[in-house]
Amino acid sequence: MKNNTSRYLAGPYVIWIVGFIVIPLLTIVYYGFTDRNNAFTLNNIAQILVWENYRPLYRAMILSAVCTAICFLLAFPLTMILRSLKVGRSSLIVFIFILPMWMNSLLRVLAWQTLLERKGVINGILTAMHLPEQHLINTTAAVLIGMVYDFLPFMILPLFNALMKIDDNTINAAYDLGASYWQTLTKIILPLSVPGIVSGVTMVFVPALTTFAISNMLGGGKIYLIGNVIEQEFMQDSDWNEGSGLSLVLMVFVIVSMLIVNHFEDKNDMRKGGVI
Amino acid sequence: MSRNLLELQNITKSYDGQLILDDLTLDIHENSFVTFLGPSGCGKTTTLRIIGGFEKPDKGRVFFDGKDITDLPANKRQLNTVFQKYALFPHMSIEDNIAFGLRIKNKTDAYIKDKIKYALKLVNLDGFEKRSIDSLSGGQQQRIAIARAIVNEPRLLLLDEPLGALDLKLRQEMQYELIRLKNELGITFIYVTHDQEEALTMSDYVVVMNQGYIQQAGSPEQIYNEPENAFVADFIGDSNIVPGIMVEDYHVRIFGADFKCVDAGFGTNKPVDVVIRPEDLEIIDDDDPRAILHGEMTHIIFKGEIYEMECTTPDGFEWLIHSTELHEPGKKVGLYVKPSNIQVMNKPESEDEEALGVEE
Repeated sequence: MKNNTSRYLAGPYVIWIVGFIVIPLLTIVYYGFTDRNNAFTLNNIAQILVWENYRPLYRAMILSAVCTAICFLLAFPLTMILRSLKVGRSSLIVFIFILPMWMNSLLRVLAWQTLLERKGVINGILTAMHLPEQHLINTTAAVLIGMVYDFLPFMILPLFNALMKIDDNTINAAYDLGASYWQTLTKIILPLSVPGIVSGVTMVFVPALTTFAISNMLGGGKIYLIGNVIEQEFMQDSDWNEGSGLSLVLMVFVIVSMLIVNHFEDKNDMRKGGVI
Repeated sequence: MSRNLLELQNITKSYDGQLILDDLTLDIHENSFVTFLGPSGCGKTTTLRIIGGFEKPDKGRVFFDGKDITDLPANKRQLNTVFQKYALFPHMSIEDNIAFGLRIKNKTDAYIKDKIKYALKLVNLDGFEKRSIDSLSGGQQQRIAIARAIVNEPRLLLLDEPLGALDLKLRQEMQYELIRLKNELGITFIYVTHDQEEALTMSDYVVVMNQGYIQQAGSPEQIYNEPENAFVADFIGDSNIVPGIMVEDYHVRIFGADFKCVDAGFGTNKPVDVVIRPEDLEIIDDDDPRAILHGEMTHIIFKGEIYEMECTTPDGFEWLIHSTELHEPGKKVGLYVKPSNIQVMNKPESEDEEALGVEE
């Protein structure tokens, strides 16, 4: 009886999974392995070996890795400070750091566009101070700033949760046994925050790797990432086959990255689990 | 008397304007088992944290072996702590937990291996090296926490309510374990608890605390048999605390009845508080010439080894009595107390002292 109810309740979700996850995925796989005449081909996949496609993927990997590293380096000290201030999970200060997550992400990138533009806010201030105008927009740095700004909250939240879970006395015990601050940080606090780090890295790295909006808006078409390539295949060249093939390759990169990251979590033998 | 290992001098500490410790001074002898006993919020854990180096006192000094360690951080102190709820490192095996302090001190692998073996044997968990923390019961985790502390050969071990999370039977077992450990290791233990029975069972020296003050410090026998004030009498075991008049030396009057006692030096006709332990009240026949008080049995609860009963005297006071003999409610009885079982205490004089008193 109870079992039957659960089965009926699961129904809509099964429809969801099949209709909105499995079928689209299979469609992409189908397009990815066929040409315009619906004949099987590996050409679409092999397109990644072409310099024009390979380079944006390589660039996206580097940029998203750097973005993830910067987010971690910014978020970890911040969350350590929040922890030591003993602010609660629902405190105003945490809320403020998380607040940008609730705004449209394109809007946030647009804000940076306004700041960085040739006649934008920053150059306006520089001019007013009789300093030379800087070339800010349409650079790799601009794209990186946009990524970090956009994805930082996704690093802060899981890290903060993980750090708040660590008992004060666990840290005190390390000091009590003679450990210095650095030893306590590396041997106790960092290993215990691995679930949070894994979640944070996943939630920053994956969207950064696949983004095309940020590179479009802050890179002005000059900073070409794999996301832009795929977008172009679909939107401008209307080549669904090649676009799907490259999407599959990107997916493999994401899966491999996640396997590597999750491997760290397993190695630390944490059973507490993170967000992802 | 052996020499002092630890001296606390005029320690004062407050949080957010609330005074937790008020001018606390205490000496702790080498090789003793000292217990800080008191209700929650009495300042006992704060005192322990100040000794451990996790809190700094606002005023006052801490001396360890004659040296001022007030400003020495926790990781430089020659003492170790067993924390409430164990605080083991959940990402490490038992072996790595115990080895943590030794690896920090760069001891050799062979030395560390020997030490782990020795410590696990000491806490009766031989062969547990490779197990994970999660696979242990609460009592076993407690033992590992103790092992992790003692491998560092501290001269002083601080224990913060270490048995609080264990069930009664295990707690009693661990009490004997701790006494044995202390004797085998020959080091000083400072133990924090709110459980008076635990304190009396284990310690050589009990420090009863309330609201940031030491109420009384002494051997368990002294604390139990000669409580200095109503708080101590009430907190340590059950007791009947009644107002009385010290008519003259060795003579106290309670509810108009005259008792002989062994206390002297209070002056004449002075109001005092009198403590009579429930097991010291003897129930005798109503017409027995020894009877000092007369009353009627009102309540009875069977507690296992004893009956807990109440006898109401005409003045309306309900005397708590422990006895192995059953006296049914409604029965008229006489009550007798041996002079040596009557403990006379000064009434609190100032308002400040009043504040330390019993809170119902």
